[in-house]
Amino acid sequence: MKRDLCAIALFGVVLVAVAALSQSGVLLTFVMMSLYAALLSQAWNILGGYGGQLSFGHALFFGVGAYAQALGQLNLGLNPWLVLPGAIALGALVGVAVGGLTFRYGLKGSYFALVTLAFAEVFRILALSASFTGGGVGLMVPLQEGVANMQFGSRRGYIYLLLAFVLLALLVTAWLRHSRFGAYLQAVRDNEDAARAIGVNPLRVKLGGIALSAAFMSVAGAVYVQVFQYIDPGIAFGSAVSVEALVGAIVGGMGTLWGPLLGAVTLHALADLTRNLFGELPGISMVIYGVVLILIVMFMPRGITGGGQSLGRLFKMKERARV
Amino acid sequence: MSEILLQARNLSITFGGLKAVRDVSLDVPQGSLTALVGPNGAGKTTLFGLLSGFLKPGSGSVHFAGQDITGQAPHESARLGLTRTFQIVQPFGAQTVRQNIAVGAHLRLADRDEALAAAEAVAARVNLQASLDKPAADLTVAGRKRLELARALATRPRLLLLDEVLAGLNPSEIDEMIPVVKKLVDDGVTVLMIEHVMRAVMSLAEHVWVLAQGRLIAAGTPGEVTRDPKVVEAYLGHGAAARLAAQGAPA
Repeated sequence: MKRDLCAIALFGVVLVAVAALSQSGVLLTFVMMSLYAALLSQAWNILGGYGGQLSFGHALFFGVGAYAQALGQLNLGLNPWLVLPGAIALGALVGVAVGGLTFRYGLKGSYFALVTLAFAEVFRILALSASFTGGGVGLMVPLQEGVANMQFGSRRGYIYLLLAFVLLALLVTAWLRHSRFGAYLQAVRDNEDAARAIGVNPLRVKLGGIALSAAFMSVAGAVYVQVFQYIDPGIAFGSAVSVEALVGAIVGGMGTLWGPLLGAVTLHALADLTRNLFGELPGISMVIYGVVLILIVMFMPRGITGGGQSLGRLFKMKERARV
Repeated sequence: MSEILLQARNLSITFGGLKAVRDVSLDVPQGSLTALVGPNGAGKTTLFGLLSGFLKPGSGSVHFAGQDITGQAPHESARLGLTRTFQIVQPFGAQTVRQNIAVGAHLRLADRDEALAAAEAVAARVNLQASLDKPAADLTVAGRKRLELARALATRPRLLLLDEVLAGLNPSEIDEMIPVVKKLVDDGVTVLMIEHVMRAVMSLAEHVWVLAQGRLIAAGTPGEVTRDPKVVEAYLGHGAAARLAAQGAPA
């Protein structure tokens, strides 16, 4: 636990230093978008990586957070700092509701994935057809720069805001690794029947997992609205966000502390790089991105962190064989 | 007569047209070591499922320590002190032995460090202390059986339902395991075990229930049930007891 906390503190200090000292707009944008992607993957990792419940529709919670953040300001006229906790709570609540419906009936694996996808689609269509969400036009939050309005003049402010939540997500993940709740969550992931036999209530544990996961996902949605001042049903509840969240966690290493962050940053760097290198050939960047993704999944099935561990073990084995 | 810890009355369950358990009643006295034997497919594991709450009986009731636990979820029964193991071992493969056992210990201990310390103590009781930091998936069959036992033991049960903890072990591993089970009972845990290894049943059990085709057909001390013609026939076929007697085989 101590080692995890030290590493998290170090990571925070380094990023604050980078954000404070860097004058490069490209670098700051990269850091901001990486942190945003990391937050998505970390949120997914709580339920998917530690709880073993592979959701394909995490955009549902992202969208709830985003719309709550926008509507709280537009319709209720509240300050965004005040709206944010409400958006998070609403996201967690939707998580518990969806989890209650699916876990109660024992949906697992691909069935759970399909149902979450369906829920996200239902919400997308609802957001398209309802009037208070602005329908297909979406919602625009008026530009009123100022820290009091959670609209920062530069990338730095958003980096600090996102960093705070990424650090919080890291702390929650570290807590999962060293607490009873986390042990129960992983036990249910590894073998639900065995866990039940020794006193674990799987429904309660999974509901806790989905609530935490959904809360962080709705944070990402709310911050998205603050950064771009715009949300529409396709962005909020479309599959792009769901995929981004799960791919980052899977590539980095599910059920690990640093994997989702590492995966999200790697993928983001890769996407930026291919776009810059092959920008004049439209589509080629996506092809390269896809090929690299396939290679990672093929040769590091346990993600980047898992791959590193296997490599380390392989070297140790070879050394032992030599001795 | 000591107090009855587990009491099953007229338990029945049907899967489609198959009556897997029919009208089974049994009592497990506190502090005893009782064995449940029977040929393959007799319904032993199904009966365990009914007692531990993994299956809901079609009819009948289960009482544990005077409380009605019929159809109660397994995790609630575990809290009351009734824990089962599985015949096909079910480790949390991604985790170490210590972490596996700690999940059981967490039932009584909220604190992580206390649970991990308790896991170490339990591991010593089943001779797993050397493997504490191994991933559970790397254990041998014998190791996994011990882990299954340790994890259940870590919940501090009053009654342990052991489903074939000796199956798949070689003779020397069985010899190592028998005293471990015996020690549990000496430490005050009541044990009801499904077992095929008759050597173990004969040396461990005070009382044996025999299940065949979903019904209890005999009960008594190990010596009594092995001499019971009904039991011989359940294992060897109709008329076997008479033929054995005619051949003058030792009873």
